[in-house]
Amino acid sequence: MGNIILELRGISKSFDGKKILDDLTLDIEKNEFVTLLGPSGCGKSTLLRIIGGFVKPDSGQVFFEGQDITLLPPEKRQVHTVFQKYSLFPHMNVSDNIAFGLKLKKKPKEYINEKVRYALHLVNMDGYGDRMTTSLSGGQQQRIAIARAIVNEPKMLLLDEPLGALDLKLRHEMQRELMRIKHEVGITFVYVTHDQEEALTMSDRIVVMNQGIIQQMGTSKSIYDEPQNAFVADFIGDSNIINGIMLKDRLVLIQGIEVECVDEGFDANEPVDVVIRPEDLIIGTKGSGFTNGIVTNLIYKGAYYDISVTAGTHEWSVQSNVPAAVNSEVSLSIDPENIQIMRKPKSSDEEVIDKLG
Amino acid sequence: MDKYLNKRKNLAYPYVVWSVGFTVIPLIVILRYALLDRTGAFTLSNILAIVDPVNLKALIFSLEIAGGCTLICILLAYPLVLALKRLNFGGRRSTIFILILPMWMNFILKLLAWQMILSSNGILNLVLSRMGIGSIDISNTYISIMIGVVYDYLPYMVLPLYDAVSAIDDDIIEAAEDLGAKKLTVFGRIIFPLSIPGLMSGITMVFVPSMTSFVTADILGGGKLQLVGNIIEQEFIQSMDWNMGAGLSVALMIFVLISMAFTVEKHEQSDRQEETAW
Amino acid sequence: MVDKLTDFISRFYVAIIAVFLYAPIAVLIVLSFNKSRSRVVWEGFTLDWYISLIHNRQIQSALMTTLALAFLSAFISLIIGTAAALGISSMKRRSHRTMMVLTNIPMLNADIVTGIALMLWMIQFMPLGFNSVLLSHITFNIPYVILAVLPKVKMMNLSIYNAGRDLGAGPLRAFFMLILPQLKDGMLSGFFMAFTMSMDDFVITYFTKGAGVNTLSTMIYGEIRKGIKPEMYALSTIIFTVVFGVLLVANGNTIGTKERKRGYE
Repeated sequence: MGNIILELRGISKSFDGKKILDDLTLDIEKNEFVTLLGPSGCGKSTLLRIIGGFVKPDSGQVFFEGQDITLLPPEKRQVHTVFQKYSLFPHMNVSDNIAFGLKLKKKPKEYINEKVRYALHLVNMDGYGDRMTTSLSGGQQQRIAIARAIVNEPKMLLLDEPLGALDLKLRHEMQRELMRIKHEVGITFVYVTHDQEEALTMSDRIVVMNQGIIQQMGTSKSIYDEPQNAFVADFIGDSNIINGIMLKDRLVLIQGIEVECVDEGFDANEPVDVVIRPEDLIIGTKGSGFTNGIVTNLIYKGAYYDISVTAGTHEWSVQSNVPAAVNSEVSLSIDPENIQIMRKPKSSDEEVIDKLG
Repeated sequence: MDKYLNKRKNLAYPYVVWSVGFTVIPLIVILRYALLDRTGAFTLSNILAIVDPVNLKALIFSLEIAGGCTLICILLAYPLVLALKRLNFGGRRSTIFILILPMWMNFILKLLAWQMILSSNGILNLVLSRMGIGSIDISNTYISIMIGVVYDYLPYMVLPLYDAVSAIDDDIIEAAEDLGAKKLTVFGRIIFPLSIPGLMSGITMVFVPSMTSFVTADILGGGKLQLVGNIIEQEFIQSMDWNMGAGLSVALMIFVLISMAFTVEKHEQSDRQEETAW
Repeated sequence: MVDKLTDFISRFYVAIIAVFLYAPIAVLIVLSFNKSRSRVVWEGFTLDWYISLIHNRQIQSALMTTLALAFLSAFISLIIGTAAALGISSMKRRSHRTMMVLTNIPMLNADIVTGIALMLWMIQFMPLGFNSVLLSHITFNIPYVILAVLPKVKMMNLSIYNAGRDLGAGPLRAFFMLILPQLKDGMLSGFFMAFTMSMDDFVITYFTKGAGVNTLSTMIYGEIRKGIKPEMYALSTIIFTVVFGVLLVANGNTIGTKERKRGYE
């Protein structure tokens, strides 16, 4: 237990009668890079604001290094936040922004100057100290916001969609920067995003949230490879999600076709969600797979082709390195290992997903 | 770029003409009156009459009232604006609603009502004596004039300040708290400096009118205490000395211009900062 | 909890300021129902002043003059000011600044100086009367319209206009269909501000009106020494109530629904 820095216990929060967080419990370890991932409205930002101290939970407790900090105001927490809109102080230059927290702590001048220089260097902004923050680009402003938080040596840094306002190329660059900074300063990062690619790239551990509850927690690989329900499967990466019936162990009925899989332990004839990643489907000549279909669409995506294959009433999404001619008849095959079988959701919270399948 | 809009600035011409005809020329005319004596000869005596003991006394009194009024309005407005922001008081429109609605009661009638409230056997003293505090006599003193001008001009301080303070992003305030700033520090280091443009326009909108508000001085000062506005009005209406009245007006305008130059400068600075942001 | 206490103090403070702003108005409303002609004594409830208001030609004509001035000056200012805002926003920095200084002169100059300057100028070519007051009111109202509309012009999406022209709309049609709707809010608040300022003005009207014309303000000023006619309290109460009602309806939507507190995305 010595490694756990933050414990969230049974956190609930409602706004205007709408439940945003529902009895949520989560532990975060020291030096972890944890990402809260979910669609907008899933409660991830509210959870971050509760950790930061800007929002008080309706019920539940927050422990930081074993101390109950649920009611502690933000200025007394050893946790700093990097906001989505940078939130630099527009009337101060870059150095004054970074020095803000240190000045409040009445640190000696030389110490502050030294720390500001170090922080600017850390975020690759040497020499920008005298610039006004309003004259910087979005990416530069976000670097300063990170420097401003880190210079105070917080034990934990909260990042609320910090790259959301940047363009794609800059976002990739900043992702690498963030990982480097994290590595250099060695503190816990709690990162909020709705961008699954960002989450998969950077995190030690991903917490997938929807409708105020945690859907799944785990490493990037475990979440991507073994989604526990249709929501996670659909939200992380592209997926074919299709209704099926589990005939017996290791045999599932999809669209009237019996397909081999590796899952066991379902009731006989239990309705299930079948999840197949597009890159796991293999296109072959007619008759060589579990089903035949017509190619209805082909889009070149640079690294691969995005192919739609209509078989029966279902349109399969396939990613393939080789193209297939539109209107040609092809077959789809799959390695049984790559089929994910999931129980249908039972709680009302998960029902929305049902409609997608 | 603006394929169809390159002649858009022509739309401002009617206003330019109007502005020259009814703002610039009248100022030249009043300056001309000010620089001539009754016979039509050039003189500076009308303008310099402002240092006449009687007039100077009124000018100093005006500066005291205007300065005091501005200060009191600032001290009343900041807590109000912060309270409105905190209570998330139905947004800008309801705030404006509450501040502007009183303007629809004629201001002279409202001053007469204040006269009744503040007079020695008025409503305020009635309430005070009921509460067992005893009575105070402030009618026809500078205190009642001060109450009158603060009443008249407080909304002009609150509105621009409210706009400036509510324009401050909540994230910025939270960022400051996050970095360890207590409420008072947040005000001193973040809210106050960022509200200075609003404060400046509030000051100009309160300071100048409260210097000249002769009706307020008339009604609440009992005619004994004179603002520079009262002196100018008397020159025109009673003494019918238009040159002297114009001279005093120009002297007053010089004070206004000095204060305006000061605030325009401030505005420009903040404008420039905003523009570089884009 | 500290938060609740601060909330309470905030509410209390807002309430005190509201009492300060509305106390004299309450006094005037009470006076309009007072039997006594004197301002000091309460002699019982009456509606007499509201009834005799109907027969008071003088007050009615002053009211008409005031309303006509307010409406005409606000309307004309709206047109000139909106056009000016569109023009100013497209100007280069230097002319832009010059225009803003021009706009600020009537706002920053003391009322009394503006009134006297206008009077000294206008007597040289026209008799003082309704028209001279109207010209003066337009002069001090245009800046309010400009300051209300200009921010909206700066926020406006101009490419819509170009797109409209490209799709074949004539300049006038494109202007009324594509530009004006974007400025509507600013124009409305500019018009309302101008109307209010005109109704509320005393000083500038006082110096530019000449003999014979009276607005409610100048009429009240003339009555201070002889004593205000109680019908005036009745009329003011009516005007205040009407405006209160109109504003309440106009703001109904926004007052009821407070902006949501931040906290969830």
